[in-house]
Amino acid sequence: MAYSDKVIDHYSNPRNIGTLDKSKNTVGTGLVGAPECGDVMRLQIEVNEETGIIEDAKFKTFGCGSAIASSSLATEWLKGKSVDEALAIDNMDIVEELALPPVKIHCSVLAEDAIRAAINDYRAKNGLEPIESEKSHH
Amino acid sequence: MVKLPIYLDSNATTPMDPRVFEAMKPYFLEFYGNAASKNHSFGWQAEEAVDYAREQVASLVGASEKEIIFTSGATESNNLAIKGVYEMYAAKGNHIITVSTEHKAVLDTCKHLEKLGAEVTYLSVGEDGLISAALVESAIKPNTILVSVMYANNELGVIQPIREIGEVCKKHGVLFHSDATQAVGKIPVDVLADHLDLMSFTAHKMYGPKGVGALYVRRKNPRVKVTAQMDGGGHERGMRSGTLNVTGIVGFGKACEIAKAEMDSDAKRLGGMRDKLEHALLTLEESYVNGSREHRLPHTCNISFKYVEGEGLMMGIKDIAVSSGSACTSASLEPSYVLKSLGLDDELAHSSLRFGLNKFTTDEEIDYTIELVSSAVNKLRDMSPLWEMFKEGIDLKSIEWTEH
Repeated sequence: MAYSDKVIDHYSNPRNIGTLDKSKNTVGTGLVGAPECGDVMRLQIEVNEETGIIEDAKFKTFGCGSAIASSSLATEWLKGKSVDEALAIDNMDIVEELALPPVKIHCSVLAEDAIRAAINDYRAKNGLEPIESEKSHH
Repeated sequence: MVKLPIYLDSNATTPMDPRVFEAMKPYFLEFYGNAASKNHSFGWQAEEAVDYAREQVASLVGASEKEIIFTSGATESNNLAIKGVYEMYAAKGNHIITVSTEHKAVLDTCKHLEKLGAEVTYLSVGEDGLISAALVESAIKPNTILVSVMYANNELGVIQPIREIGEVCKKHGVLFHSDATQAVGKIPVDVLADHLDLMSFTAHKMYGPKGVGALYVRRKNPRVKVTAQMDGGGHERGMRSGTLNVTGIVGFGKACEIAKAEMDSDAKRLGGMRDKLEHALLTLEESYVNGSREHRLPHTCNISFKYVEGEGLMMGIKDIAVSSGSACTSASLEPSYVLKSLGLDDELAHSSLRFGLNKFTTDEEIDYTIELVSSAVNKLRDMSPLWEMFKEGIDLKSIEWTEH
């Protein structure tokens, strides 16, 4: 199976690898997947309290090239978005952008789950209710 | 400069030896007769070539030429051996003993027979990937008709104690079959010394062509018979109908002849290169060899690089062809059942690579592989959340993972 050029690009030059200080109230951390499934994504956002804009996003991923590319792309898309805009990111947008084959769709689902988990962690830290997912992947 | 890409997936298939190709050439265009045509020179030439190859093949494994049944490959040989014995010896019993780490050609054949009324015992291996003869003996019952244990495992390269198992089977009067696909042509195999009654092997794992294999079927002490699985012209002593693949068989014979003469020196050289590769990769933190290192094919090694996912790693070393126990590409997301049989955490199974050397592998290729794999592992660990947690001393088992 051949990878798309965009997957190869993100895999070879991943954007925004790293770690944000998870003790800060402005940082939300999402850790999704499981080692025994072969995919773990950790996605972090840092939100500007005044504007509600995501000013920084970082990831680390254990997984195949498509999982790495999905999370790399997600951090790229998150930066500069408001939290509400970030919630609108759909896994199928990632599938389309990276031209993921059907067998790799779960990588995009995981990235969407990671975004949501990071946002909910941020909301919980700031006394807000978690946002339920309207769709169920599981 | 080393020539890319580098082929290190030689447990899947081997490149063909040019001498094998040369031997086969005339049988494509010049000598095209059917080996079963008894009334003209075209047929006689083909038959003669097949007879000669049959001797070459038999000689490599210590059999007599009448004990070699040509097939399309080891999958067919395994099917013929197991289904053929099950049908032929139905009056004697219906119990088959095999091992959980066998190739699918054996496991799925056994599962098929279970649906038809067979009772199958799947022995579990130890963390070294091996079973003992004592374990086999303890599973033998009055209705046991067949024990089927692979000679060497395709994913790990570990070699089972075939001779001891053969002795146990002989003692109890149970037929003994081995899928020796990975072993024949790589290490010495002797069907008499190993007390084998049936043995499957194939040409393309030993520098021969694809599409041709053999089943050894013992003719004396005891005389073993298998029920044919295809109806037709009654070729191969009635056990395997179908026009013989003369060209392939000629190549198979030549590959066996070469293996007999050269496998010892090849094994020595490949073992040295494999050890060099393995030692270098084990200097990476948290890397582990899967399966017994002692009882193992000289050209194979299977290593897990903890906290790095195998398919992601393969993408980082795309100029090197290897296999991974990770099954990220399969819909089930299940990692290798062989690695899981060792008691390995799924996570370690996902992190494994199998390196299979062949006699055309060079020192330069091994050096390049060491360098590329090491840098890819380090790069992926830098972006692995699991590696970061490990480095922070967090026990991954203490985390509640969200399975998906």
